[in-house]
Amino acid sequence: MRLYLLAMLLCCPMAFAAPDNTGVLHEERSLYTRILVHQHNDLRCLKFTLIRSDSNQSCLDLAQPKRLVFTYAKMTLTALLFNPTPERILIVGLGGGTLPMALGELLPNAIIDTVEIDPAVIRVATEYFGYQTNSQNRIFTEDARVFGKRARIRGEQYDLIILDAFNGDYIPEHLMTVEFLSEMRALLTRQGTLVANTFSSSNLYHHESNSYREVFGKFLNYRRRDTGNRVILIPQAQLPEAQRTLPTKRQLTTQAAALQGPLQPYDVAIDKLAREVFATYNAKPDWNLRKKPLSDQYSPANLLRSR
Amino acid sequence: MSLELLGGRILAPYFGSGIYVWGSIITIFMLSLSFGYLLGGRLSVHNPSSSRFAAIFAIAAALLLPLTAYAESLMEFIFLQVEDPRYGSLLASIVLFGLPTVILGMISPYSVRLLVENVAESGRVAGALYFVSTLGSALGTLMTSFYFVLWFEVNTIIILLISCLALLGGLAFATDKLLNQRVGS
Repeated sequence: MRLYLLAMLLCCPMAFAAPDNTGVLHEERSLYTRILVHQHNDLRCLKFTLIRSDSNQSCLDLAQPKRLVFTYAKMTLTALLFNPTPERILIVGLGGGTLPMALGELLPNAIIDTVEIDPAVIRVATEYFGYQTNSQNRIFTEDARVFGKRARIRGEQYDLIILDAFNGDYIPEHLMTVEFLSEMRALLTRQGTLVANTFSSSNLYHHESNSYREVFGKFLNYRRRDTGNRVILIPQAQLPEAQRTLPTKRQLTTQAAALQGPLQPYDVAIDKLAREVFATYNAKPDWNLRKKPLSDQYSPANLLRSR
Repeated sequence: MSLELLGGRILAPYFGSGIYVWGSIITIFMLSLSFGYLLGGRLSVHNPSSSRFAAIFAIAAALLLPLTAYAESLMEFIFLQVEDPRYGSLLASIVLFGLPTVILGMISPYSVRLLVENVAESGRVAGALYFVSTLGSALGTLMTSFYFVLWFEVNTIIILLISCLALLGGLAFATDKLLNQRVGS
């Protein structure tokens, strides 16, 4: 019995982690950030610094582990409206592992490669947020820029690329440039979709929007009032802008209806989100088009963010 | 220091911005500077002159110039040869920054030789030089990381540095010529 208990303790620390009085389960200073796992009632969250109180990266509802707590994660899944069955997915930035786990469950045949630079984040996601890797759900502990260049040499291609490395207090500036975006674009299959979870405020919004515009041309700029994030959606991102065709409203609705059942446990009201995505089709750019795109030569992203 | 900071920017697209990249850059800058000090000291023993001092500036400026044009292709070559980004960034730091930094390191000891007139004041002169050079480093660090990267592209800042070096070299050369003329007349 004692052995059994010990084995349980070793195998599933998630089940046994109990918060202290302040709700803090784990605190760690890694090479790149300060990681904090805290829990309030059933909501267990991952934070990357203590400076900003609203900087939760990822949350897990222990009562409903599948539920996607954050709006931006739900918005990101609208990428499935354009291609419901991507076979190969690349995710840049692990966080709590919410997206790779959800996608792994939704698409059991897909290969999901996640790139995360910080080994401590991977450890915390595994111990506290139930993140698990297997032969199809793989993790690469390296810089996304290095990964991208090597993947290109290996001839790898992805049907869906999710860029999600930008929602901490510090932004990796070399992952915001037109050169990086071009490298990501080169990894997409012809019909592949690129989704990015990025900022909707500060001066950076203008520069970043223009960076995407320079590489991809027009894109769907999906914003919601209930989140400070905005999601950039680019279906058929590998094709030249003129050759892309967006699905009609009817096609989106049909696709949403098909996804509604599978996405229900994740609390994603895909029919409503599909309508919102359609509404972005004709939205005019709401940023200053004259601001300089970010490049490897010019990328003061963190300075621009504070302005 | 300004160059060192830009080094991080230059290497990031190929080797990432991990702590090892900074480790590579700082190691190579320190190593190069140390050899530069040694070489500068040795050079100062043989016929020291402002003209030769000026030449150090000119050579450093000239060696920095390829950084603006060939850094990409050099890094790409190294990236393809070396799989591990730690050694890749170390090698890239050597190739891109090693030689110019050695030459830049020669300036301080050579300045000591030119400025010291007798043994009694050598400590004071060396102290003043360290003061100026470290203050310059601090200023370079601050201006580059706070403002230059916001105002200019990386290559523009490098060209700015090259221009400063060339200007200082020119100034040293002109001073030497003027002094020689006076001594001659």
